[in-house]
Amino acid sequence: MHPKKTLRFAPRLPGDPAVAVQDPPVTAPGPERVNPVLALLRNSWRQLTSMRTALILLFLLAVAAIPGSVLPQRSVNIDDVNRYFAAHPDLAPVLDRLGMFEVFASIWFSAIYVLLFTSLVGCVVPRLAEHWRAMRTAPPAVPARLDRLPQHATIERPIGGAEEIGAALRKRRWRVAVRGDTVSAEKGYLKESGNLLFHFALLAVLGGVAFGSWYGWHGNRLLVTGPDTAFCNTLQQFDESGLGPRVDAADLPRFCLELTDFKADFLPSGQPSSFRATVRVDDGPPRDFSVNHPLRLDGASVHLLGHGYAPVIRYTDRYGQAQTTVAPFMTLDGMLTSEGVAAFPDANVDPKAGGARDPNAQVAFEGLYMPTAPDQPPYTRSVFPAERSPALMLWAYRGNLGLDAGIPSSVYRLDQRQVANGRLKPVGEAKLLRLGEKMALDDGSTVEFLGTRQYATLSVRADPGEKIALGGAAIGLLGLLLSLTGRRRRVFFRVTTGGSSLVEAGGLPRTDYSGFAEEFKQTIEAVQRAETAGPTHDDGKRANEEGSVKR
Amino acid sequence: MSALSDQLLVVAILSYVAAMVCHAAEYAFGNRSHIGRAAERPARELVAVGYGSSAVKVDEPPVAEVVEGPPRRDRAALAGMAAVAVTALAALVHLGVLVTRGVAAERMPWGNMYEFVLSVTFVGSVAWLVVLSQRPAIRHLGLFVATAMVLLLGVAGMVLYTDVAPLVPALKSTWFVVHVSAAVLSSGIFLLGFVPAAMFLIRSGYDRGKRSFPYSLGRRVPEAAALDRLTFRLHAFAFPIWTFGALIAGPIWAEAAWGRYWGWDPKEVWAFISWIVYAGYLHARATPSVKRTTATWIAVIGWLTMLMNLFGVNIFFTGLHSYGGL
Repeated sequence: MHPKKTLRFAPRLPGDPAVAVQDPPVTAPGPERVNPVLALLRNSWRQLTSMRTALILLFLLAVAAIPGSVLPQRSVNIDDVNRYFAAHPDLAPVLDRLGMFEVFASIWFSAIYVLLFTSLVGCVVPRLAEHWRAMRTAPPAVPARLDRLPQHATIERPIGGAEEIGAALRKRRWRVAVRGDTVSAEKGYLKESGNLLFHFALLAVLGGVAFGSWYGWHGNRLLVTGPDTAFCNTLQQFDESGLGPRVDAADLPRFCLELTDFKADFLPSGQPSSFRATVRVDDGPPRDFSVNHPLRLDGASVHLLGHGYAPVIRYTDRYGQAQTTVAPFMTLDGMLTSEGVAAFPDANVDPKAGGARDPNAQVAFEGLYMPTAPDQPPYTRSVFPAERSPALMLWAYRGNLGLDAGIPSSVYRLDQRQVANGRLKPVGEAKLLRLGEKMALDDGSTVEFLGTRQYATLSVRADPGEKIALGGAAIGLLGLLLSLTGRRRRVFFRVTTGGSSLVEAGGLPRTDYSGFAEEFKQTIEAVQRAETAGPTHDDGKRANEEGSVKR
Repeated sequence: MSALSDQLLVVAILSYVAAMVCHAAEYAFGNRSHIGRAAERPARELVAVGYGSSAVKVDEPPVAEVVEGPPRRDRAALAGMAAVAVTALAALVHLGVLVTRGVAAERMPWGNMYEFVLSVTFVGSVAWLVVLSQRPAIRHLGLFVATAMVLLLGVAGMVLYTDVAPLVPALKSTWFVVHVSAAVLSSGIFLLGFVPAAMFLIRSGYDRGKRSFPYSLGRRVPEAAALDRLTFRLHAFAFPIWTFGALIAGPIWAEAAWGRYWGWDPKEVWAFISWIVYAGYLHARATPSVKRTTATWIAVIGWLTMLMNLFGVNIFFTGLHSYGGL
């Protein structure tokens, strides 16, 4: 079954993919002197496009990707990067200068893959030309000694002339050249075609990725249910956004989204079992989408990334002015314990004083929200993610919130600098409010927990390159399969017309192919069958006989 | 049903242990007789070393030459056959673990790290039996397969174990079946591919005259060329499946679930690294100027990246591929 070491017999031919990537043999030095610069360039190019270099570059690419998983990456999670900076104040700036927090956009990572793809182009373009020529030239002439080939057979009975053999082989999709009494046939060009297809498809994938990063954009947004909190797809309305270098803010498609409903179902263990967001796009009918089924709009898709609760808090200040805020709280754990801030910077504005903000009478509450508060204190963690017994723990603060300083700060926490320097003072004790409960502050103002609204975190994205990348990947897979399963092989026949007609056959697998002996046998049998069944021939009764193949 | 699955896991591990013992017995019995023969006839051994193809016959010497050979060899062969039978039994029980687990959870048993490792090792076990049925000569490698199974299943059962739970919403997708099955299948075959790769390195070291410990194992394993071919076939088979599962189906799903098809999540980084390394192996294997041992070392590195991908990524890093505990 398995011919021993077929490789040993198979001469390495120029069309063989394994060889084509090698440096061409050094030719004898010509009489004229070569420009040393040109020689250097040519040698460098040969070096770059050699398989050894390509392997080293592949290896470097793999190694270079490792820090991208070990260290936090800005493109993946900016908060982790900030935490890393806080934890390693000395090391982080050094790593940052080396691009370690943006590995996949760094100069050195780009340099490796640009060199790799250059090497790839330099390798596959000449191979494409070579393959094109090979496909258009006839299979080579029959070798003198067929018995030296890995497969050899002598067919003792006459099975017709070379033309008939050629016709039978053509029917079995061999490329055939008939020269006098000899037949050369070759098959398996798809192996190299597939190999080239795979490598060019990689270029298409790279092109798709590049196109997508130039013309793609994304924006993230926290969207609370209700018509008053609807948002429109403009850059200013995103919490965080990124535009490709070729995208202008004015290019974003125009649409507005209102989250009309958000439904989350949980198992008794608290594990979520399903999420469903319902939105109204512009003034259209409500549309549902969920985690694995994004909302596909014209020019963008909306993905559901997360969800949480936004407590609705009403504060009635010492002058009797009531203000209501819907404050999205940040989720802390799987049971949806959430924390956040409800700030009332315009509270306690004395109506008699002309309506100016009093910077020292601003009010804010730090809150801890539990959708299902435990029955007993301590009230620190929710025990279930759905709202079975919602409760809100509030810490009141009065003073200067520091909002006018122009320093960006978290919307989920009070500015701790203001607390530290005493401009923002805690007022009274923390208090747990159940739904609808009210708490009074020392100045007679009150705060009331009215309820909650759900919010969803959404990612709005467009990537025009993804179709190209997907197409490239699919074609690449096809090429890969052809390349790995294809086998290039040749068979030769020589018809000896003498005293007794004799056909000699030989087979040569050009790639590692253990099943070639079997195929060779079948090919010989097929040639015989075709011959005996052929109407042009005189001897019809051979059809039933077993072919006598001697090997 | 869940408890049954856990009990079957214990049975499966014990069966693999039994297979391991049988393989070890075959190895030990055979080895002893070899040592005996080597002591008696050192010259013949030298000849056997010189010719690669005759060295493989060492475990089947002409019966007439060795007087005390037949009973020992039979016993060893019997142990070997028993090992294969027990491995087959273990694989059946292993399948039972997966099926009962799947029935208990009412879904495909690929929802968390524990189930994923169970599935990958099952693929490896079945692929091993398939390869073995094609090439009975490589039976000795079974010792390493069984040992790997015991270790991996042990880690799965003791470290990674998670209670049965339905899928989190993020995993409820058609692509779950497509992506994970392709990843499981290719990971299992890649992991198995390491066995002939490592044996090839040992054997070719042995053929070059090295006799120190791991190379001393080389005398019992098949011919280097056969191991090399087997290594290549397994990797060439798994590579397109990996390409499809990790680099095509995965990104399609990621686009629907997370809004981007590729985002350098740690799992994605390591899938990319494995792909690059295995691509390097296939290229090196196809290039005549690169030594076969060098190419095979690349496959071994690929195996290490697969282990990193399977275990390391979920244990050391947090990313989007963290589900069900780990």
